[in-house]
Amino acid sequence: MTDGTEPGFIELAEVAKAFQVRRKAGRLRRSRHEVRAVDGISFTVGRGEMVGYIGPNGAGKSTTIKMLTGILVPSSGRIRVAGIDPSRERTRLARRMGVVFGQRTTLWWDLPLRDSYELVRRMYRVPYDTYRKNLDRCVELLDLGPLLATPVRQLSLGQRMRGDIAAALLHDPEVLYLDEPTIGLDVISKARVRDFLREVNASLGTTVLLTTHDLTDIEQLCRRVMVIDHGRLVYDGGLAGLHEVGESERTLVVDLAREMAPIEGVPGARTVKVEGPRQWLAFPASQSAAPVVAAVAERWPLVDLSVREPDIEDVIARMYTGRAE
Amino acid sequence: MFWHRTAGGGAVGGAVALYAAVARGGFRRYATYRTATAAGVFTNTVFGCLIAYTFQALWHERPHLGGYDQAQALTFVWVGQALLATVALTMGGGFHEEMQERIRSGDIAVDLYRPADLQLWWLAADLGRAGFQLLGRGVLPMVAGALLFDLALPASPLLWAAFLASVALAVTVSFALRYLVALSGFWLLDSSGVAVLSGLAAMFFSGTLLPLRVFPGTFGEVVRMLPWSSAHQVPADVLLGRYPGLGLLGALAFQAGWAAVLLAAGRLLQAAATRKVVVQGG
Repeated sequence: MTDGTEPGFIELAEVAKAFQVRRKAGRLRRSRHEVRAVDGISFTVGRGEMVGYIGPNGAGKSTTIKMLTGILVPSSGRIRVAGIDPSRERTRLARRMGVVFGQRTTLWWDLPLRDSYELVRRMYRVPYDTYRKNLDRCVELLDLGPLLATPVRQLSLGQRMRGDIAAALLHDPEVLYLDEPTIGLDVISKARVRDFLREVNASLGTTVLLTTHDLTDIEQLCRRVMVIDHGRLVYDGGLAGLHEVGESERTLVVDLAREMAPIEGVPGARTVKVEGPRQWLAFPASQSAAPVVAAVAERWPLVDLSVREPDIEDVIARMYTGRAE
Repeated sequence: MFWHRTAGGGAVGGAVALYAAVARGGFRRYATYRTATAAGVFTNTVFGCLIAYTFQALWHERPHLGGYDQAQALTFVWVGQALLATVALTMGGGFHEEMQERIRSGDIAVDLYRPADLQLWWLAADLGRAGFQLLGRGVLPMVAGALLFDLALPASPLLWAAFLASVALAVTVSFALRYLVALSGFWLLDSSGVAVLSGLAAMFFSGTLLPLRVFPGTFGEVVRMLPWSSAHQVPADVLLGRYPGLGLLGALAFQAGWAAVLLAAGRLLQAAATRKVVVQGG
């Protein structure tokens, strides 16, 4: 195994997946109807990358993950993970990947957590010392120690999720797919899961692809983000670049010496709100704040100021609605 | 990071160890529900008594019905009660409700990407479950039956050993039938209707309602050849010594044959179901 990133560990070329859906059309007639869940997606992910995959419900995120794991065959296009066609050699690939579906569990419901891990060890034929080492690390970082003897049905959602993530990592997978790993978790559990994923990616070089609705996951974990909407990739790049694409705005909040009429005539900025002596000015996120601040300070009695970064959620919400015609 | 291979022992040994661990898990998960087991023992004993009194009345009127004397007929009843939860063909309580639920909810997709065979996995888990049910819910009702009624239990250890082998095959045949029922959920979405039908059919065709040897003529011949007879009729007859000499091997071969045919059918259906999920997304 090489370390560092290696281009094209995961490769998708013009991948599409269409489903046949039957719809009622009249009393007895059913019309066949094609739904293109994924509609021509291409991207590559290098080994060791940690990529966020986001989009609104029904955008095609889970369908993509299912194709990457080999449990769905694409209708067209080409997929390679570590050079393997997932749907053709599902079992061979299964030994090299870990999968966590936030809303499904792979753990044995009635048995203690430890028993599920023993089964994973045998299923993936993990040598005992590797298993021991991986389990110890997961137990320590995910704080599973007190839970190992607890039957899974008695675990809370956050505990179960940590248990599931550990189960997906015991066999040293080269790639980890996480489908909404923080869904339904409280703030502390989310933070713990994120810390753990960051640690796994950094110290083991595990390639991570995660879908989420929680953009904090992306902000804290991923340098690269892919946005999918209506089955198409609408953005692939750094988090910062999202702001440009999403035409997001930063806000300059100024406190003036007294109540005044709305500030006007500052190049590139417009006043969006006035509340007593405080005023809010919006300007493009791509533009520097300095000339705006200078222009205000020159002509108005400025007491205090602050700059607010655009909210990533707003940016993405604008992207989705912008495409919904 | 390294991609680990089997640490010696070979693929077959690894697979055996895996499914043995799955079977142990199946045993233990049922062992955790002690109250349910106690309630089950009580129910089986009560029902055993009711059916035993019915059979007693019947055999009083018609002695040697189906070639059984009264003690043998009562033994047939109690073998049925001891095997009810173990074989789990008529009343449910095995793996298939769980598998049905996983198909319905789509969780079955999680099972598909694991490097393990779906059918062997569930079979191992069900054999483990059956092992627990035989000890937990089979032995006590049988003892109760033997204390309350005059039974015809054999002294020969060979017959008991053959009986245990026959029970293991009964569970396997039952599993194979229930696996087909559960897999139908891939097409029907809800297979509980099929499960009820299958349970009703099994109630009659396994001999639980009346021993199949009671039915004369072609009908009797046919029902005794069907797979369901493996679930109650054959193990009971094995214990009662109704298969003299090499007939004992014939009886076990009959069960094994049905197990092989039905498991193969399950594999075909599983392949079709997997194709359906993988291509159509369930």
